[in-house]
Amino acid sequence: MMSATVTGKPEEPIVATKNYLTEEGITLRSWLLTRDHKRIAILYTLSLTFFFFVGGAAATLIRLNLVTPSGIFTPDIYNRLFTLHGIVMVWFFLIPSIPNTMGNFLIPLMIGAKDLAFPRLNLLSWYLYVGAGLLALFAIVIGGVDTGWTFYTPFSSLYSNGYVVLALAAVFAVGFSSILTGLNFIVTTHRMRAPGMTWYRLPVFVWSNYATSIIMVLATPVLAITLLLVAVERLLRVGIFDPALGGDPLLFQHLFWFYSHPAVYIMILPGFGVISEIVPCFARKPLFGYKFVVWSSIAISVIGFFVWAHHMFVAGISLYAGLVFSLLSYVIAVPSAIKVFNWTATLHKGWISFDAPMLYALGFIGLFTIGGLTGLFVANLAFDVHVTDSYFVVAHFHYIMVGGMVSAYFGGLHYWWPKVTGRLYPEWWARIAALLIFFGFNLTFFPQFILGYLGMERRYYAYPPEFQAWNIFSSAGASVLAVGYALPFFYLGWSLFRGKRAGANPWAATGLEWQTPSPPPTHNFDRTPTVTRPPYQYRPEPEPQDV
Amino acid sequence: MGSLQLLPPTASSHAADMDWLFAALLGVSAFILLLVFGLMILFCVRYRKGSRVERGNRLGRTWRVEVAWTGLTFAAFLVLYFWGAELYVRIHSPPAEATDIYVVGKQWMWKIEHPGGQREIDALHVPVGKPVRLVLTSQDVIHDFAIPAFRIRQDAVPGRYETLWFTPTEVGEYRLFCAEFCGTLHARMGGTVVVMEPSDFQRWLDSQDPGPSLAQEGEALFRSYGCSGCHGGTSTVHAPKLEGLFGRPVPLEGGRSVIADDRYIRTSILMPKAEIAAGYPPVMPSFAGQIGEDDLLKLVAYIKSLADRTAANSQAESMERPAQ
Ligand code: HEM
Ligand SMILES: [Cu+2]
Repeated sequence: MMSATVTGKPEEPIVATKNYLTEEGITLRSWLLTRDHKRIAILYTLSLTFFFFVGGAAATLIRLNLVTPSGIFTPDIYNRLFTLHGIVMVWFFLIPSIPNTMGNFLIPLMIGAKDLAFPRLNLLSWYLYVGAGLLALFAIVIGGVDTGWTFYTPFSSLYSNGYVVLALAAVFAVGFSSILTGLNFIVTTHRMRAPGMTWYRLPVFVWSNYATSIIMVLATPVLAITLLLVAVERLLRVGIFDPALGGDPLLFQHLFWFYSHPAVYIMILPGFGVISEIVPCFARKPLFGYKFVVWSSIAISVIGFFVWAHHMFVAGISLYAGLVFSLLSYVIAVPSAIKVFNWTATLHKGWISFDAPMLYALGFIGLFTIGGLTGLFVANLAFDVHVTDSYFVVAHFHYIMVGGMVSAYFGGLHYWWPKVTGRLYPEWWARIAALLIFFGFNLTFFPQFILGYLGMERRYYAYPPEFQAWNIFSSAGASVLAVGYALPFFYLGWSLFRGKRAGANPWAATGLEWQTPSPPPTHNFDRTPTVTRPPYQYRPEPEPQDV
Repeated sequence: MGSLQLLPPTASSHAADMDWLFAALLGVSAFILLLVFGLMILFCVRYRKGSRVERGNRLGRTWRVEVAWTGLTFAAFLVLYFWGAELYVRIHSPPAEATDIYVVGKQWMWKIEHPGGQREIDALHVPVGKPVRLVLTSQDVIHDFAIPAFRIRQDAVPGRYETLWFTPTEVGEYRLFCAEFCGTLHARMGGTVVVMEPSDFQRWLDSQDPGPSLAQEGEALFRSYGCSGCHGGTSTVHAPKLEGLFGRPVPLEGGRSVIADDRYIRTSILMPKAEIAAGYPPVMPSFAGQIGEDDLLKLVAYIKSLADRTAANSQAESMERPAQ
């Protein structure tokens, strides 16, 4: 990857030989001991891609199993597959995805800083992440885990026959990686902004990573304690969650969702940030209602702490608790709606072009809107009684996390690819991939709403035959989706060697990150920039490139 | 391969209400979706790069627009909230005449006990048109009892009783599932709900192994576990009499009071010190770990059967008819 930027076709001029990919040398050692936030971002991207394919492989097998009502694998294999899928996708892909790759790369560039506040801590956080991921894979190789990613007790603490403690340890460790990243971003955003970069001149991407970091730092310790308690109960048989030993199974759910509901916002807020960068750029207009978008992120990160029990409407919480938590869930839906309206309004009277990042962003808005609206269904007390734990919920959270977050991830990847690598990718292929992902996604997950309403429960390796037709649609969609997700791997890889040189600012965008060469030098800026204008000062006619 | 079904059968008093709620949710969503998608597509076409449409003055100040759409969205959300909350409260408020049926989850089967002592596994027979209240618990891990055709589900949590009710409205057979992941055979933990005409149902009940009713078995256990030693009519220990207790408020030590329901009775057996009845010394020992889930259900059924008796006539009765 790194050598790509200096080779290239002989007739092409080598634009910037001095950049972060080459300056520190290209030895393995220089990469594994680097403290440059941009190199660490690359390390994250490579390892995250690996975990995405591991989780994706499990998803493919799951959908394969569900083509026939009787299933193909044994129940235990199937149960281990969806657990593997859930654990890897949630903790080793979604949570670190945008913050640790693009956040790491871009936050210092966007605020005009030379690096993050704590470069060594940043590297440590990557080692924790990779170590934890390998530990989780080790647990799977030696036998697997069958608890689902939620580890509900007393099943996980006493009844499961998998390698639960190893999996708990892996999630525990990766949690510390998030905490360190969150701390680093918060301090960096407070202390390292360039002169003139006031809070209201920060790009929304920085704001949403800031809001995400608050959640990471405040919520993750609760998860760590909860997992520790499950391990203690499992190893020492003391009664914490199992009523047979005098414990309380609902205590686990309260603790777990106290982390995990805010965590779903860790999985989506950074996506909002990416979309808020892309839409103004390709609509050539300032973001509509910048301050509202900023404060809705902050509102989400705060209210997100008060809705956890909406995952427990049928678990045996009191009627009164149900009424309160449902109301709060409706309250938190409002700031998400605000964002959708604002992105749409940004298009009004724009000068819109449909390059690949914009296609991903438009796809994101569509899928996230469906996911968010079905959030209103599951947040509804009575309706949740019928659909919770069914495929309706599976469809709902996939629309948000996969339709939303993964589309945003791909959108961001394409948008900043030229900045990161100095190369352009083949536009035509990128558009095809964006369309395939959008259609494949809907074909895969829309039938699951219907299946859920019909009564197909989640985590079933076999199901009644009357559900087969919709399952076949869903599996067919999954194969389209798989092709869509695999394509970028090839054409982006190709672009590293053959892609056209990008120049500093191929999209004529306004952010600070575009004012330094592509790829940027190790110290980011030759001269510390001074900021004099709010973000997103776009005009209809694109300005000439490389100003 | 099944056909493309769109709605599950509707076979309970809640099902139609749920479908209306679903329709309302769909309506609001469809409106927002059409609005967002419609505008997006419109803007994308009209304001595409190179189109020569007049772009005029762009909107500068935005806060009026923001306040308007935030307010409207929130108002629509509140309507949906109240609608769902009202139905949820109804699903959890059984009518007084509902028959209690006990459901115990166990890896990987549903054990069901009718008040007359009839038992079934992975099947539930109920008469059409009569309200039924389910009392659910589990013997091991958390399960979830789901009947899509009735639009109800509830977790069966070990160590707790949860309840929920329905009135079946259509004769027929419907599927019943476990919806909370509970281990290897989770997907196979299900069965059939059979809704019958009341006369057929009575015939079915009669054809089942009659056996002693839950309450009768509970009565025997009440003696064998030694409960009657303190709570019995002739006891000298100062313990509350249990006749007429069920369903009434019980004043507790410290001034609170609770309704004596299944949960309260169960807690009193397993954790007697948790809710001490006012005016009695806290001397009752805990039976946690000694009485299994099945026996607990029988004891609760027995104490429930005492609801309409007064201490005096039950004493007379038990003198006439000594225990079998
Ligand atoms: C914005 C990003 C969101 C993400 C990433 C997200 C993610 C998730 C996930 C992962 C679950 C499944 C949990 C499980 O394993 O059972 C879930 C369920 C749920 N979500 Fe969301 N969600 C989001 C938005 C919303 C919104 C806006 C609402 C409310 C208006 C909402 C309400 C719910 C409810 C009530 C459940 C529980 C459903 C149930 O268990 O029956 N979600 N969500
Ligand atoms: Cu079960």
